[in-house]
This record gives sequence, C-alpha cells and structure tokens, in this order.
Amino acid sequence: MFKDVYVFIEQREGVIQNVALELLGKARVLADTLNEKVVGILLGHNITDKAQDLIACGADKIICADDESLKDYVTEPYTQAITQIIKEKNPSAILIGATTIGRDLGPRISARVSTGLTADCTSLEVGENRDLLMTRPAFGGNVMATIVCQDHRPQMSTVRPGVMKAFEKDASRTGEVETITINFDKSKFRVRLVETVKETKDLVDITEANVLISGGRGVGNQEGFDKLKDLANVLDAEVSASRAMVDSGLINHDRQVGQTGKTVRPDLYFAMGISGAIQHLAGMEESELIIAINKDKDAPIFQTADLGIVGDIKAIVPMLTEALKK
Amino acid sequence: MKIIVCIKQVPDTTEIKLDPVTGTLIRDGVPSIMNPDDKCGLEMALQLKDEFGAHVTVITMGPPQAELILREAYALGADRAIHLSDRKFAGADTLATSNAIAGALRQLDFDLVITGRQAIDGDTAQVGPQIAEHLDLPQVSYLEDIKFDGKNLFTMRRATEEGYQVLEAEAPVVVTVLSSGSKPRYMSVNGIVTAYQKEVETWNFDNISVAEEKLGLKGSPTKVFKSFTKSVKPAGEIFEGDAKEAVEVIVNKLKEKFII
Amino acid sequence: MDFNLSKEQELFQQMIRDFAANEVKPLAAEVDDQERFPVETVEKMAKLGIMGIPVPVEYGGAGGNNEMYAMAVEELSRVCATTGVIVSAHTSLCVAPILEHGNEEQKQKFLPKLASGEWVGAFGLTEPNAGTDAAGQQTTAVLDGDEYILNGSKIFITNAGYAHVYIVMAMTDKSKGTRGISAFIVEADTPGFTIGKKEKKLGIRGSATCELIFEDCRIPKANLLKKEGTGFGIAMKTLDGGRIGIAAQALGIAQGAMDETVNYVKERKQFGRSLSKFQNTQFELANMENKVVASRLLVRAAACKKDSKKVYSTEAAHAKLFAAETAMEVTTKAVQLHGGYGYTREYPVERMMRDAKITEIYEGTSEVQRMVIAANLLK
Repeated sequence: MFKDVYVFIEQREGVIQNVALELLGKARVLADTLNEKVVGILLGHNITDKAQDLIACGADKIICADDESLKDYVTEPYTQAITQIIKEKNPSAILIGATTIGRDLGPRISARVSTGLTADCTSLEVGENRDLLMTRPAFGGNVMATIVCQDHRPQMSTVRPGVMKAFEKDASRTGEVETITINFDKSKFRVRLVETVKETKDLVDITEANVLISGGRGVGNQEGFDKLKDLANVLDAEVSASRAMVDSGLINHDRQVGQTGKTVRPDLYFAMGISGAIQHLAGMEESELIIAINKDKDAPIFQTADLGIVGDIKAIVPMLTEALKK
Repeated sequence: MKIIVCIKQVPDTTEIKLDPVTGTLIRDGVPSIMNPDDKCGLEMALQLKDEFGAHVTVITMGPPQAELILREAYALGADRAIHLSDRKFAGADTLATSNAIAGALRQLDFDLVITGRQAIDGDTAQVGPQIAEHLDLPQVSYLEDIKFDGKNLFTMRRATEEGYQVLEAEAPVVVTVLSSGSKPRYMSVNGIVTAYQKEVETWNFDNISVAEEKLGLKGSPTKVFKSFTKSVKPAGEIFEGDAKEAVEVIVNKLKEKFII
Repeated sequence: MDFNLSKEQELFQQMIRDFAANEVKPLAAEVDDQERFPVETVEKMAKLGIMGIPVPVEYGGAGGNNEMYAMAVEELSRVCATTGVIVSAHTSLCVAPILEHGNEEQKQKFLPKLASGEWVGAFGLTEPNAGTDAAGQQTTAVLDGDEYILNGSKIFITNAGYAHVYIVMAMTDKSKGTRGISAFIVEADTPGFTIGKKEKKLGIRGSATCELIFEDCRIPKANLLKKEGTGFGIAMKTLDGGRIGIAAQALGIAQGAMDETVNYVKERKQFGRSLSKFQNTQFELANMENKVVASRLLVRAAACKKDSKKVYSTEAAHAKLFAAETAMEVTTKAVQLHGGYGYTREYPVERMMRDAKITEIYEGTSEVQRMVIAANLLK
C-alpha cells in the first residue's frame, strides 16, 4: 500500500542543495534494505533538466513539478504540491533536509496529512518491522531520542544537513522522470515573497560563534594569525585569542577569551599555541569539543582538551586548512 | 490589534549536566525558564504594543508550574494570560500539542499569532507551523523582525542560511520567531509587584472543542522508541606524530563529531 | 515568621540577577579602573523602576518595598559595589526623606522624577569638621523673606555632580544645638551651589564623591523639610534607612567574593589537586559562608521591620555592623585564597576587598553602630 522512500530535492535559485544529495544517499541505503525505490520530489520552475542528474545520485525515479508558483520557496505552493503527490503516490517515508526551508515545509505537510514528523534527525535505520527508526538530539543535544511513527504514513523526517553520506555518483544509472501538474488552490497563496537578500553575517560577538579558532603566544605574529583566519574561513568560524595576543596588539580585545575577556562555549574550540593558563581556561573550558595544538607536551591545556596534538601549529594549521578545503 | 504569543516553560538545557557515574541527565536543580525563542516572540509582541497599543495575550500549555512564565509575561507587559492544562494533553507529540493549542486559539480573536521557532528541550521547531496549518492560516517562520502598517499588512524579515528574505502577508498570520531577533526587555519592578495580582485563566479539554483522539498520547503519530544520553566525555586523547598524521587525526575527529 | 521569599520576591530576584549579570558585571572592572560613574547603567535601571523601588505608584514609583530594595542593592553590589551605592544613596538618603518627611507639595514636585530615575538624588550631612560628630554642623541657613541663604560646605557626598536633588542639613539656630539644625531640598544649578573637588578613593572608585560648596546660595522657603529644628532628627532617621542599604551593599560585596572564590578553588590545582580538596580551603570557605548567610538574615530582618512600619534603628545597626565587618573579612580571605593571582587586577577580588572597606565607615562607622546597639541595650 504505502511504499518507497521519497526525498524532497531542495533547490535554491535552480541550484540543487547538497543536503538533497546526502538524503538521496541515505534513502538509497534505506530503500535497498526495504527492497523498495528511492523517489525524488523536485519542485521548481524550469527545473526539469536537473532531474536526470539526480538519478545518477541515487534516485530510481524523479517526480518533477515545474510551475512558476514553485520557482522560489513559499510555504503554501510547496505544501500543496507535496500533499498532492503524497495523496496520489502513497509514499512510505519522506525525507526533507532540516534547512530553513525544510523545517518550515515539513511540519506544514505533516499537519495537513495528519502524520508524524521527526525533526533534525542524525541517524535513520530500518527497524525490525520495516518502520523507520529516526534518531535525533533533544534537550539541547544532551539526549538522543529514537522515534517511530508506527500507524501513520508517510513517515516524515527532517534530516540534519552535513550528516548523511551522498551516493557515489554513477552516470550509468537509469531511472524514470515523471512530470506532474499540480492543481493549485491559489486562493490560499497568502504570503508574498518580496525580496531575497544574500549577505555575509558580521559577527559581533565571539560568544555567539559555533566554532572558534583561538590563538595564543605560539601563534607568534601577524602571519600566524592570518593562517588562523584562513582556517576559520574554511570552517565558517571566528578567530579569538588569549590575553597574550591581545596585549601584543595582534587582535582586538573584544576577541579575547578568558578571565579578563569573554567566556565562550562553542561547539568547537581550537586552542592554537595556547598554554592553558588558568585565566584562559576559565573562559573556554565549557566548550563542547576542545582541540589543542601545542609544541610543549606538558602544556596544561592538554589536561582540558578532548584532543591534544603535540606539534607545530606553523606546519599543522596550513595543512589542516588545505585538507578541509576538499 | 490583537496578538497571541505561545510560550513554553523549559528546563535551561544549557545548565544540564550528565551524571558521570550513571550517564543519565541530572535534572534536579536545573532552573526552569521561559523558552528563549518564545521570550523574543513576546518581546516582538510588546514592541507592537508599544507602537500600536496592541493587546497581548500569552498562552502556555503545560503542567501547573508553568504558571510562573505566565506571571513573568505579565511582569513584562502582557495583558491576558491563559494556562492550558489537562491530563488529556499529556504524552503529546508535536501534532497532538499543536492540535490542543490550535483548539484554544480558535476560541480567541487575533491578528497575529507568535510562537518561538523551537523549544530548547524538544528542539523540533514543528509546533508553530503545525498550529498554522490547523488554523488554516498563512505562516512565516524564522522571523528576525516584523513590521505592521497600522491597518492590516505585516512585513516580515525571515532569516535564511545565506542572508534573509522579506515577505508580506495580511492579518491574520502565524509566525515563528528566532531569539537572534530583538533583545528581550527585563521585567519592570512594578510589573513584578503587580504580576501576581492579575488573573491567570485556566483552560482545559472542555474549553477547546478538539476531539479527544487528536490529543495526548492517543493523538500522537510519533512515539519515543528509546532515548539515551551521549556518553560522558572521556579523558582527552593526546597525539604525538608528524604534521600530516596530525591533520588526519583532527579531520577524523571533526567528522566523528558531525562538525564537517 | 516566614523566612521564605514571596513569589514576587522570587520573580524580582530572577530579574535583578539577570540584569546585574548582563548589564552591570561587564562594566565593573572598567568603572573601577577609569573611576567612571556608569550613567548608561543608571538609565537602564531607571527604565525598569529600580531607582524608585519603595516609592508608591501614586508618586511615580514602582510600588515595591524595602525588602525588594535591599535585594536589589545586594544583587547589584554582588557584581559592582559602585552601582550598588549609587542606588542606595539615591533611594535611602534622598528619596526616602522626601517620601517620609516631605509635605504633599514637595512629594509631588520631587518624587516622580527621582523615582523614575530622571533625577538622581544625594544627601549632604558630613562636613570637614562634622563626621561622626554630625551635630557640629557649620553650614548655615538664614531666612531672608521667601528664601533661605545657605553658606558652608559638605564633603564626601556620594552621587555629587550627577545628582539633581540634594538633601542638605544646615544650622538655622546655633543656640539650640542639634535642635537648631534643619533639612533642606537643594536642586543642582541653583546659583551659589557648586560641586567641588572629586575625591580619589581606595574603593567604589566609580562612585562620585565630591565636595558641595554653598556661597550665598538662595533656595525657596518651600524647600525646608518639615519645620526648622527637625533636621537632625530627619538626618538620623534617614541614616537608619541608609544603613539597610549599605548593609545590603556589604552583603552583596561579600557574596560576590564568595562566588568568585568558590569557582577559583575548584579550578586552581596545586600539588596534583584542586584547592577545593584541601580541608583548610573547605573550612575557610565554610566560615566565610556562615557569616555571609548570617549577614543576609540580618539585612532581611531590618528591611522587614522597616516595611512593617516599626522602629528599626537597632536592627539596621546590627545589619550594617555585621555585614560590613563580614565583607571586609570575606574579601580579604578571598584574596588570600586566590593567592598571587588574587592580588592582580585580572581577578575581581582585589577590587572587592578595596570596595568593602568603606562599608565599615560611611553612613555611620562601625563604632557608631556599636554605640547604637549598646545604647538600645543599656537604656
């Protein structure tokens, strides 16, 4: 009755988003376990030519709705389109990327078709009775919960971007592309998109950064700091520093971490060439993951770091930046 | 102008620690707070009140101790407070929760419903949009800013991964709000002094006309199969080797922790 | 006898702690270092009603009480003693005498703007030759038609220069001794009234402490509080209330030092373990905590008695004496437990120790508090 794993193929301005490819990869694994198909839902305007590529990325079939109303994401047109597809096709499961689009769309669909939706999943598996086991963080990430949706279909899940593995692209794959016409009820289109603006967000406060690359005395000079900035750019991170660096004028006081600076709790804190004096520790020891690099294997920072690397940051940092660029 | 703000009382999950021996959450002594996104939602409503004289109602679905955040809302400047509470609502997932709250909202007049984007305990960000669907109203999520033209039109700024979007809709609208929006005001001293002198209305199942099978555990399509805490942070590892190997070790760690 | 906080007080505590942590604490080191009066903080506090906590709503106040006010001064002082004393001097020494002794016209004229924080208040009693011996007032006030002419000077006046309203004591009839002293409301910018030298101090360095100079300063007759000759009584009653504020400040300073020290001893390791594992540390901290807890109960008891409109002078003296001496002891021990680091400006405890000292001196020295307690005991 209900079958196949559907994936919402998120596109922005005609560009297929990475999360969609990650979900195709995961859907492929799930569908193979269930002996079912992977079906991608591609909505947009003048978008049909993107469908074939998605087959190569793991889909067995792409259902494509090409309409001017679907050009840019707005909640109602997309919800109507996917609801119609659900009603016609009876999918077993639908995966949506947990992006600003996905987390707006997913709940709306799930409420319209009265089914269960699990948010921000980091793990998906097939359970004993062919139900999906959807695992996701709760309580601010302190707890992991595995959720099932036993009696309702489709099982819906928004999936955290950057977690699932994309399928190894195989241009020799074949599949079906079905174009579908959506019967829109335009009287319900009550929100108008006025403009879309791209901007690089200026970070005002290091306490708000998710990732900090922090430099200490071992960084040495401006050149060293520039290398940290390169790494920060690759990781979408901010640069911070210990007091020694602020005192030497290499960086502004508002970037100082520690007793006389700021207290930070990022998801990732790189302590580069920082010895780990108590005044500095006080400002960062609650960070989720601390990676320290220091030439001195007795540096106190290693007692607080989750991963300590005894080595020369001058060599390691540029290599790390290169490796991450890939 | 009438605004309803949905707020939730949550444990302050930034203060939660794991028991190093049992690996379970230590919940004792963790303060309960008004969910941060909701607090910003309330701030948005109060700013519209400052500018347009809007009437602000706060509503929360929760156990008896949730009354505290309604009092806090009064101290911040809300005009009316409703406490939605009933055993029949217990065990609800987001769909059942949104059904209950929508049931309550159907009894009220409003131009705007504001919810926080997500609660820091459930972390789903689903209830707001689901409420909008149940009420058959337009929704805009991830709001950083909202402007009203004084008559009927809302102009909203929505945060996206690459920047933001500007959207428009006529009242009534449901929006979800990010805590990166306006900085919430503090309770005023007089607000606090008078907070407990005001009436908090308690509503239950009989007030909301929603079928019982759509509520609580019965009305929840999703159920928790199991839950577990992340393992307690083990002692750090130290690696000594050449630069190339060191980079590999770091990259693997970053992958392991979902950072890349 | 309920020792528990009321629901309103719990809500208030939550607010004032948040406010202190987010708005006051980040500025504390700079305020001390630059000897800067934090005008921006006063503005923020004014908006929330913190400058008029015990003033009734009908006079533009927040409609709170002295228990809440004491809590506010404690929580503010916990992170910044300067900010605490700004609120304390304003509320206890200027707002309170007008509220408690002013006539309807004076209350209507001065209270709304003081309670809203638009105006800051101050109190001028101390003179170069009249400190603990406050009765030796040399500032004079001579009635001339519809005005009093003030001549003389005051020293060590808190909030001077930033205040708009000053409660000033002056001698109207020298022959009557203390019964010849009167209390006046003096507004800034009155011709003949200037602010003199600003003191450089050991602690509460952000608090403005200056001289007031009166040279043929003419003020309206309507600015006399109550009647001529009641000024000394007004001053003494005012200081009773001020003592609750300063006791709360001292308590806050001590608590702040405890907060810092407990964190430090958990982190700092010597001889292979945290300082907190050594029994000496534990016993020292227990002694300090014991006195802080006791101080808190004394402060609350005094505030409670004042709120129930009973005579509270002795309770206020107990609170101030004990809390001030506790603050000095606790902050000194806090620096000791921090070791060398505690002596540097990197850690706030040296500032707290410098701030604590004044609480044993102003608004009635510890010696004066002993006089009050003994007098009550032996009457």
